[in-house]
Amino acid sequence: MASMRDIKRRIKSVSSTQQITKAMNLVASSKLSKAKGRFMETQPFFKHTRRAIGNIVKGNGVTTHRYLAERSVKKTCVMVITGDRGLCGGYNINVCKAALNQAGSKDTAYITIGSKGRDYLKHRNKELAFCFRGISEKPRYDDARLIGEKVLKMYDSGEIDEVYLAYTEFISTISNEPKVIKLLPLNADEFESNGKEKDLTLTIYEPGEEEVLDYIIPKYLNTVLYGAMVESAACELSSRMTAMDSATENASEMIDDLNLLYNRVRQGAITQEITEIVGGSNALE
Amino acid sequence: MAENKISLRVITPNRKMYNGKADLVIMRTKSGDVGIMHGHQPMVTVLDYGVMRIQSEGEEDKTAAVFGGFAQIDGDGITVLTDIAEWADEIDLERAEQARKRAEERLSKKTADLDVLRAELALKRALVRIGLKK
Repeated sequence: MASMRDIKRRIKSVSSTQQITKAMNLVASSKLSKAKGRFMETQPFFKHTRRAIGNIVKGNGVTTHRYLAERSVKKTCVMVITGDRGLCGGYNINVCKAALNQAGSKDTAYITIGSKGRDYLKHRNKELAFCFRGISEKPRYDDARLIGEKVLKMYDSGEIDEVYLAYTEFISTISNEPKVIKLLPLNADEFESNGKEKDLTLTIYEPGEEEVLDYIIPKYLNTVLYGAMVESAACELSSRMTAMDSATENASEMIDDLNLLYNRVRQGAITQEITEIVGGSNALE
Repeated sequence: MAENKISLRVITPNRKMYNGKADLVIMRTKSGDVGIMHGHQPMVTVLDYGVMRIQSEGEEDKTAAVFGGFAQIDGDGITVLTDIAEWADEIDLERAEQARKRAEERLSKKTADLDVLRAELALKRALVRIGLKK
């Protein structure tokens, strides 16, 4: 049986860990409320851009545009959005696994946002086209635009033939799910129709349909990317919050058990001492 | 007259900037200024860097600098989606002047590593801001 001193030491170490996890839980939850606010703010922009493209594609049946037309796939690109830091449950691993699943056995280059994704994929000897870090926690629109432009350049030059995005979908504060969507070429059927296309056949496009799509689709990609980054940031924080919450709980359970054990050992030691004294005095008589 | 107003939404990635009604909205598109009123034909147009003016009867005009983006006009009114937009009173004139000077300097020096496009865009942004303030 462990000595009293050992148990005391363990109790001390567990309770200092508990303090850390408790603090991290609080930090994550206060950051989460900000991240959630940002996530809500990006939604209208995303929704309206999506609707504008939907209207153009559905209303006019344009499918020959270079970002809409399928081409034979030689090289796939999967973008993975993870966090820069760990201690957030399965958040990073889950989205990486979803990305690997999507890639399957295809020839794939990865673009990672967040150092955890980079580490994970590097460890598995995957080809990394670009790695971005330091932006996961607080993504800015400019970051998304920069990344979007890089990806588009690769797509235009034929370096990659399709692009997927793996990110984490925010369902609620305590639940999120990794998700993979196809970014390029855009799938026209994906855009929900709002039943108004008929009125839109007379729509004027200034300067022209092609030019408008040329302008809007890259913008759409940036928006999707930005939205996904903001959403993933909220998920990272909520995962961390949940993970740290259960860590704190586990720590207090552990401390309770250890305290019980400590008392038992202490009692044992006292009992033994008494037995020894009694035994000693009995021997003297 | 209320039914002859057009609804306008201005949305950037970070905020919903405007959501209301107007008599006339003037925007700078790639092919020049256009004014849009109630009952306009559906249109999608790419915007240039320029000033957007929102006019409503009995109210003071609202002006904003809009940097690119696009506008969609349909049965619901106008939806302007842009990366950056600023109301006139949010613009810092002094900062814009400094930005203009910097951009002009960069363009006139013609150093080898000059990013002409970037400098020109910066100059254009500064000019729009200054133009709106004056």
